[in-house]
Amino acid sequence: MQTTESHPSHNDTGGMAALISRIALAVITPLIIFYALYQGFLFLRDGDSPKWAMTLIAIIWGVGGVAALYWVFNWLVEMLPLAWMQRLQPFVFVGPALAILTWYLAFPALRTFWISLFDRGGPPEQFLATFTSWPPDSWVGLQNYTSIFSERLMRETFRNNLMWIVFGSSFSVAFGLLIAILADRSRWEKVAKSLIFLPMAISFVGAGVIWNFMYEVRPSSVPQIGLVNAIVVALGGEAHPWPAYTAISPWNNLYLIVIVVWLQVGFSMVLFSAALKGIPEELKEAGRVDGAGEMRILSGIMIPYIRGTIITVWTTIVIFTLKIFDVVWVMTGGQFGTEVIATQFYRQSFVARNPGYGSAIAIILLIAVIPVGIYNLRQFQDREVF
Amino acid sequence: MASVTFKNVFKNYGDVEVIKDFTLEVEDKEFIIFVGPSGCGKSTNLRMLAGLEEITAGEILIGDRVVNDVPPKDRDIAMVFQSYALYPHMTVYDNMAFGLKLRKTPKDEITRRVNEAAEILGITELLQRKPKALSGGQRQRVAVGRAIVREPAVFLMDEPLSNLDAKLRVSARAEISKLHQRLQTTFIYVTHDQVEAMTMADRIVVLHAGILQQADSPRNLYNFPHNIFVAGFIGSPSMNFFDATLVKEEQKMYLDSGDFRIEVPSDKMETYKAYIGKQVIFGIRPEDVHVPQYAPVDITPAPISGSIEIVELLGSELILFVNAGSNSFVAKVDTRYEVKPGDSVDLVCNMKNMHIFDKETELAVR
Repeated sequence: MQTTESHPSHNDTGGMAALISRIALAVITPLIIFYALYQGFLFLRDGDSPKWAMTLIAIIWGVGGVAALYWVFNWLVEMLPLAWMQRLQPFVFVGPALAILTWYLAFPALRTFWISLFDRGGPPEQFLATFTSWPPDSWVGLQNYTSIFSERLMRETFRNNLMWIVFGSSFSVAFGLLIAILADRSRWEKVAKSLIFLPMAISFVGAGVIWNFMYEVRPSSVPQIGLVNAIVVALGGEAHPWPAYTAISPWNNLYLIVIVVWLQVGFSMVLFSAALKGIPEELKEAGRVDGAGEMRILSGIMIPYIRGTIITVWTTIVIFTLKIFDVVWVMTGGQFGTEVIATQFYRQSFVARNPGYGSAIAIILLIAVIPVGIYNLRQFQDREVF
Repeated sequence: MASVTFKNVFKNYGDVEVIKDFTLEVEDKEFIIFVGPSGCGKSTNLRMLAGLEEITAGEILIGDRVVNDVPPKDRDIAMVFQSYALYPHMTVYDNMAFGLKLRKTPKDEITRRVNEAAEILGITELLQRKPKALSGGQRQRVAVGRAIVREPAVFLMDEPLSNLDAKLRVSARAEISKLHQRLQTTFIYVTHDQVEAMTMADRIVVLHAGILQQADSPRNLYNFPHNIFVAGFIGSPSMNFFDATLVKEEQKMYLDSGDFRIEVPSDKMETYKAYIGKQVIFGIRPEDVHVPQYAPVDITPAPISGSIEIVELLGSELILFVNAGSNSFVAKVDTRYEVKPGDSVDLVCNMKNMHIFDKETELAVR
């Protein structure tokens, strides 16, 4: 594929010929690459070689293909005049990421919004047909949104999500901070932190299953295998099924929130611990000489110092709890007044087969997450070290 | 305002002895500077006095109160840290007021003191800024201001000027001296910079390897160093040392280094007579080596010759690195003298300012 003309040459007799061959090269090279990639795709799709061989080829084809694309486009851009090269070169590298984000995130979000404007019939199959016979039969406008905010179940859902946000994030942050501070002064710091970090490795579904056992109840004649009931019985109480706590809805949500706190404390603890270790020793000593006690140093110097980290962790967990789904789905399936936005979205879209309504819920969730996300990103960018 | 006393203080980190039997009495209103190479224990001493470091053995007194077990906040001290340690989330005003607020000082009293201190230090217009918006010199002032407002009995400073550039350091030095005169408080200051020590201190405490070497006025420290370490540490360039034997011939005393022989002035013979025939260390400062034609008239000259290795002209002074047989020495001479490397030179030592040290104990012979 390499020819002598691939480099701009100045001493050619036929400058025109050189130009033409360069343009031809610029067109042909990407075509060859795309063809090679497409053939690789076909081979992988239709091939019946052993699994390991396919895997190996897929890796080489994928990584090599991406590298080849970058290389070719970079090469093309570098053939341009300097001014244009500087303008275009960033896009060679950012472009693919932007394209993928647009395809996988922006388009689906827009499409979800589009679907949310229709009833369970959904939008017409042909996008353009929507406008030729306006309005389509299934068009409901913003009605899905108005009903979301007027239905009793949805209000309960929002209330639950609010509980998740408030309790989930504050408990995770508070315990994470407390453990980080205490561990920092302990001889057992490494062991304690490892143990507390362990649950981070467990999937939410797995955690849900584990905690189902925690709340398990057995007839009083046999030993309790559920830890919570075992403790209750050991203290002389009666074993009882925890769904009985539906009686105290909405507080039963706390039984689920505690699971996520258990999982997330490790995350916040690790970040806080690193931030606390970043506080200069002299700053604390200055506080001591100034007359502050240990509590005052904590509240007046250390916590303000790691404020940025606290906000970042807090907002990260808020976003996370806004989107909570797995734990609720595994533990209660949304019964007993524990429904949250994500489970409602799933139920409406895939169980009740009302994608319009489900999409509207998803859009609301998205809108709720965006400001927190922006704030979170700002915190990351503004993080200044004194 | 208070005196400070160290009584046989020891400090160990595990098996490592950092401070060994340190005893010192600091008078009220005195400006004391701890100086020494890094790791000599000067900062540890200060931190023990501040209560940031425990004392392994001995006693530290502020005034006549033993403070070994008194927490820092009850010691009536204020400290300026090397990194300034300003609270980054507080304004300059709040940084300075923090200690007073903790002590439940009335609000108008806090305002008065902070404004007064800010005025002394010329940082009034910075009071509402955060530390990150300040330059190094301004931060240093705020750190001093935070200590001033507390009106402590003892003022501690741990290398407060080491993060400033050279020019700023000179002016800051003068300001700290002025501040000491104005506040009339005991200052204890740690530095590794002998210039800071010489220019500001009432008394300098030289430490080496955790041991007190000499505590004396800058003038005495320079003129009468107690031992070889102090002699070599104070003064720049450092004092020249030669191994020599003290010999007496026909009522005259000489220092014989093998390469050269220098006559000891007759008025000092009595002092050194116990060392006749023994190996000693002869010390002479570079500024006491002169070019004969430019030498001051009141010196007691003794010739010394050698060949020039390096010439450094610093504008106001000319530094010669001279090779004299197996020894080499440094001379700080008059800049009018023109010489180049390789030249042989005949110089004179001013024997009025000679030093003799015992070879075994390294102590000065007086």
